[in-house]
Amino acid sequence: MTDMARSTVSLAPSRTRPRGGGHVILRAAAPTVLTVLLGLGVWELVAWWYGPALAATPAQTLRAGVDLARDGTLGDAVLASVRRILLGWGLGVVVGAPIGILMARVATIRRLLDPYIEFFRFVPPIAFVTLTIVWFGIGETSKIVLIFYTSVFIVTINTIAGVLAIDESKLRAAVSLGANRWQVLHAVVLPATVPHIVTGARLAMGNSFLTIVSAEIVAADNGIGALIWQSRNYGRVDWIFLGIIVLGVLGFTCDRLIRIVAGRLLRRYGVKV
Amino acid sequence: MVSDLNNVVRADDAARSGGLRIVFRDLGIGFGGYQAVSGINLEIEDSEFVCLLGPSGCGKSTLLMALAGFVAPNRGSIRLGDSEVTGPNPECGVVFQGTEALFDWLTVRRNVAFGPRMRGVPRARQREIVDEFLGLVGLRHTADHFPNQLSGGMRQRVQLARVLANQPRVVLMDEPFGALDAQTREVMQGELDRIWQTHRSTVVFVTHDIDEAILLADRVVVMSAGPEARIKSSYRVELPRPRQEDSAAFTDLRRRLRQDIGDEVRASLRVQGADIEGAAA
Repeated sequence: MTDMARSTVSLAPSRTRPRGGGHVILRAAAPTVLTVLLGLGVWELVAWWYGPALAATPAQTLRAGVDLARDGTLGDAVLASVRRILLGWGLGVVVGAPIGILMARVATIRRLLDPYIEFFRFVPPIAFVTLTIVWFGIGETSKIVLIFYTSVFIVTINTIAGVLAIDESKLRAAVSLGANRWQVLHAVVLPATVPHIVTGARLAMGNSFLTIVSAEIVAADNGIGALIWQSRNYGRVDWIFLGIIVLGVLGFTCDRLIRIVAGRLLRRYGVKV
Repeated sequence: MVSDLNNVVRADDAARSGGLRIVFRDLGIGFGGYQAVSGINLEIEDSEFVCLLGPSGCGKSTLLMALAGFVAPNRGSIRLGDSEVTGPNPECGVVFQGTEALFDWLTVRRNVAFGPRMRGVPRARQREIVDEFLGLVGLRHTADHFPNQLSGGMRQRVQLARVLANQPRVVLMDEPFGALDAQTREVMQGELDRIWQTHRSTVVFVTHDIDEAILLADRVVVMSAGPEARIKSSYRVELPRPRQEDSAAFTDLRRRLRQDIGDEVRASLRVQGADIEGAAA
């Protein structure tokens, strides 16, 4: 009886343990693969139903991708868009986080800036597209300014929320240990707010992708947005589909990169990704 | 450079020579229309260990926070040594109840070094200070861990080491062992007793645990129930340390304190709307 019980117990783990490491990965990836295949199937069906004038099938989109990649158009477009996004978004984070910290900690600064933050965060960047072109020309600056604009408020607001969430005893401990105002800001408030800043940065990245298309549609001769817009003139539905797919994949990749980098470098600040 | 170092060392030595005298004069603390404490008159001697005991919500933590300079009184004054308390002061270290007060992104070593680092103590000297105080609380082996890798009791030791490493002349403790399990709490009380006897500073310790108060204090000060909490009574504990909880004098004092504080707990429950007469029947 005891022997049997023991043998069952000792058997149990080996039965549930998969033989190779590959199986684990396969099993975890299975739902993702399945749902992607299903999505491609639905896309194929819908594209076939409406015909090539209105929609491109996955295969046609892939062919368009290969063609545009070969002649360099796709690479150039991706590079141009990514460069604008990274510059504008990076500026947004670098400016938004300190502003958020100062607003949350210094009442005067909060009172001075609050009306503007609360006003402009409801004005979408697309409303400024024409103005930025008039002010900054059709060069890179206007696009980067728009991406900056779309990033900065969300980072600021998240940072403020992060600062307000800091446990009061942390701040009190720092002060009673002799930290002055400035030391409290950079030695306690900033590190304690890092997880919220990262969340703000991720949301801002999403916003940047929303904005880049409208910016490039109006005033750019390269970039994914421009590619999508110019495809209309050539009647190339497959290129439009390609642009959309590339945007989604790029956004996903950028978010993953933020998560990986933040998870590695900022782990001790409590960033969970 | 050398003379700088000497100055720092000398300053540290000076800080170690005992505590500061604390005097509350007709102190009142209120928020809006609510007067939490009022009419507090209390003198705490240099290097005395005082426990503030009272029902929960009686304002004993508020009193401590006012002494730490985090809360401004609306009446009277608090003197710390020769000067009046007008804000937080590194001479007055605070051990908080919750370990959220630790900096989670810093190792134990860097947490303990925080005070010296803020005042610009040279790195080598910081290391010595950290080693000394981590040794004192028995945590040298965890110096490179992060706070969330430690147990609750160990985290409170880190807080204590961090405060002591700043060499304050007054240490305020706000129910520091309140969140610990009974066994850990007992060990920590013994440790604190031992540490205090080697590093004599003035200690004001807030608790609602009668045994804890008798175990640690030179004097137990009982507060009445709020609002407008006052100091109700004060007991000098003249038992040799380390104190035995089963000694006759200990049990006798415990009985008197329990009676004294029981009235206040009932009063405080009545204020909170509990029908204790009905519950007793």
